[in-house]
Amino acid sequence: MEFWRIPFDANEIDITLGEVYILDDRCKGCGYCIEFCPRQVLQISDKFNKKGYHPPVVVNPESCVNCHYCEVICAEFAIYSVEAVSCPNKN
Amino acid sequence: MASVNRPNKQQNHPLDDLIRKDRIPHIWCPGCGIGTIFASCLTAIKECVATGKNGFDLDKFVMVSGIGCSGRAAGYVKLDSFHTTHGRAIPFATGLKLANRDLNVIVFSGDGDLFAIGGNHFIHAARRNINITVICVNNLNYGMTGGQVAATTPYNAKTTTTPAGNAENPFSLPLLAYASGATYVARWTMLHTRDLTVSINEALSKKGFSFIEVLSPCPVNYGRRNKEKPLETLKLYQEKSIIKNGADPSELDIDMEKGIILGKFVDIDKPTHSEKYDKLYRIE
Amino acid sequence: MTENTTESRVLTGEHFMTGDIACAEGALAAGCRFFGGYPITPATEIAEQISLRLPRVGGTFIQMEDEIAALTSVLGASWAGLKSMTATSGPGFSLMMEAIGLGLCTETPCVIVNVQRAGPSTGLPTQGAQADMMQARWGSHGDYEIIVLAPSSPQEIFYQTITAFNLSETFRLPVIIMTDEIVGHMSEKVIIPEAGKIETVNRLRPKGRKDRFKLFEPDPNGVALMPAAGDGYKIHVTGLTHDEKGYPVMTVEAQAEMMARLTGKIRNNIDRIIQTEELFLDDAEIVFISYGVSSRTCLEAMAMARSKGIRAGFLRLITIWPFPDDQIRALAKRVKALITVEINLGQIHREVKRCAEGKAPAYLVGHPGGTVIPPERVLAMAEEVL
Repeated sequence: MEFWRIPFDANEIDITLGEVYILDDRCKGCGYCIEFCPRQVLQISDKFNKKGYHPPVVVNPESCVNCHYCEVICAEFAIYSVEAVSCPNKN
Repeated sequence: MASVNRPNKQQNHPLDDLIRKDRIPHIWCPGCGIGTIFASCLTAIKECVATGKNGFDLDKFVMVSGIGCSGRAAGYVKLDSFHTTHGRAIPFATGLKLANRDLNVIVFSGDGDLFAIGGNHFIHAARRNINITVICVNNLNYGMTGGQVAATTPYNAKTTTTPAGNAENPFSLPLLAYASGATYVARWTMLHTRDLTVSINEALSKKGFSFIEVLSPCPVNYGRRNKEKPLETLKLYQEKSIIKNGADPSELDIDMEKGIILGKFVDIDKPTHSEKYDKLYRIE
Repeated sequence: MTENTTESRVLTGEHFMTGDIACAEGALAAGCRFFGGYPITPATEIAEQISLRLPRVGGTFIQMEDEIAALTSVLGASWAGLKSMTATSGPGFSLMMEAIGLGLCTETPCVIVNVQRAGPSTGLPTQGAQADMMQARWGSHGDYEIIVLAPSSPQEIFYQTITAFNLSETFRLPVIIMTDEIVGHMSEKVIIPEAGKIETVNRLRPKGRKDRFKLFEPDPNGVALMPAAGDGYKIHVTGLTHDEKGYPVMTVEAQAEMMARLTGKIRNNIDRIIQTEELFLDDAEIVFISYGVSSRTCLEAMAMARSKGIRAGFLRLITIWPFPDDQIRALAKRVKALITVEINLGQIHREVKRCAEGKAPAYLVGHPGGTVIPPERVLAMAEEVL
């Protein structure tokens, strides 16, 4: 994450990391999850799902902060995120 | 950058236990907001049950829908669910609730269903303060039948039955709900899904007639004829909405020029229909 | 009224009451616990009586905003597990037609009373007729079978209201009681037995595994078990064409299967449903066929005819739909003429004619509505055709 100014306690803050799951065949390709992801984690894919839509694909997995917005904006129950277990070593 | 332990086994969607998976995919078009609003409603139900407040029990939640795109919601929820006739979800829900007060009855339907053909039922259920929650997906037109003018279509908007523009003025739904006596009135858009979930949770917990209007894009029928791509509609929601809790209900006309006011407008307490009925009729 | 109540819901004793009041009392005796109503002459007294009595037995009355809402609320209450009813007259009955279709499609037990008045439109609101008989059969859209009863006295209204509830609970469908302004407003002796002597039927509710339950899977009688909302079965009920699970299926095959279920449960149980009363049919050369208030005309006409040496008999229809085809076919083979007497311009007459199939001539003594048919007209018709 890039900061305009580095907070004094930056090292102590534990940023939640997320893991995005996509149920490809449920997707209808509206693109809302891609457009409204605050961390630009997703991108439209080239592949076709069973229904002929292009589902999203995770392109920046490490950027996901598990905000769940893709999950709540999706009208198809096709995408969700879970908290990724982060290792204790922080830089 | 912290390294990540990625769980390698894919789990189920967190709402899979509340949907009839064997009926998914649903019929709603790409870009339609109904699925989002529906999911928000399911999340709110789940949260209500998880907190255990008010003795919420999943088995006692009932969803009632009328006819139309939004009316199909009842067919996808894994709860007791009733898909009734056009405009009559509210009287059906009234019968359910009065016959078994332990039920938490949610009416999930569209603007055409609830406010044109079913408008009379809406104002009377609000007037009686029937203890139910009504969620109206407002997509500004009749989607299921191919995009005709509705009681909520903005002035001058194009629909298949107003090819030169709508000559009529739309209802302001929160004002109608307020004037009819609803105890809880809110408006959100499908983009404000988190606020919406909180609002539905509050409405479900509210004793009395609660109403939430949710604006939703209808890209295939409304958007296409009014030169609005689905993402543009969502951008409009983002840029033109003003959250103003407690706003005067008479100032809630939907006007994209001035901005759409969102928020919770009414949250009052008054006795429900059943409480008043018992007081007058069940004196031992 | 003698308040000799053995159980609060049943007004046991001898009473002098109108047909409308007897209807309300019959409903209570049958176990009705929800009434969604809307005022309309000449059915209003049913709602008035039941609004007073229902809350005292733990039930709920609500006057809705129109008849559409009234019947729809009744369907909702029925799915919440309560025996439910509404009452109306012609214009309100017309408004209920769509909801009757929903009730039939979703196999929802309930009772609808139509205290008939003369129409069309507002017509003669305070005067009787029997002109909604075909509407009761075919008024809703699509094809279906339905049960319709037509009592002819306050006493019979009491009992047939109970029968209507029992049939609706047994076969899971809306059952219609067609009375009329005349019987609805006439006062007569009504004897109400003790609660224990009144036979009531309750819908069968499922008990087994909830995950395997199928909402519309018929039992050997062709009728499915019915859970209530809140029982934990997570049912889906829709007016769309659906399969046994209750899920919408938009195919020609699913429509055919559903229609077979909806109509089969009535057609295959006709013997358990149809009630008629036969008077002097054994030696009859001419038979009057009637129902509701007009049967009283026929009783008098039959006595007059017999005193003149005409061997008249009387078939009184208590169940109108399903229609007693076989009984009328058999009669047509052995009598000289059939005369249908009804306060309309020939609705049930058409059915009688259809069943007579030319084996016996069928005649109508009808009336455009507003009053009863004098027995002299029936006698004159009998004399003319013999």
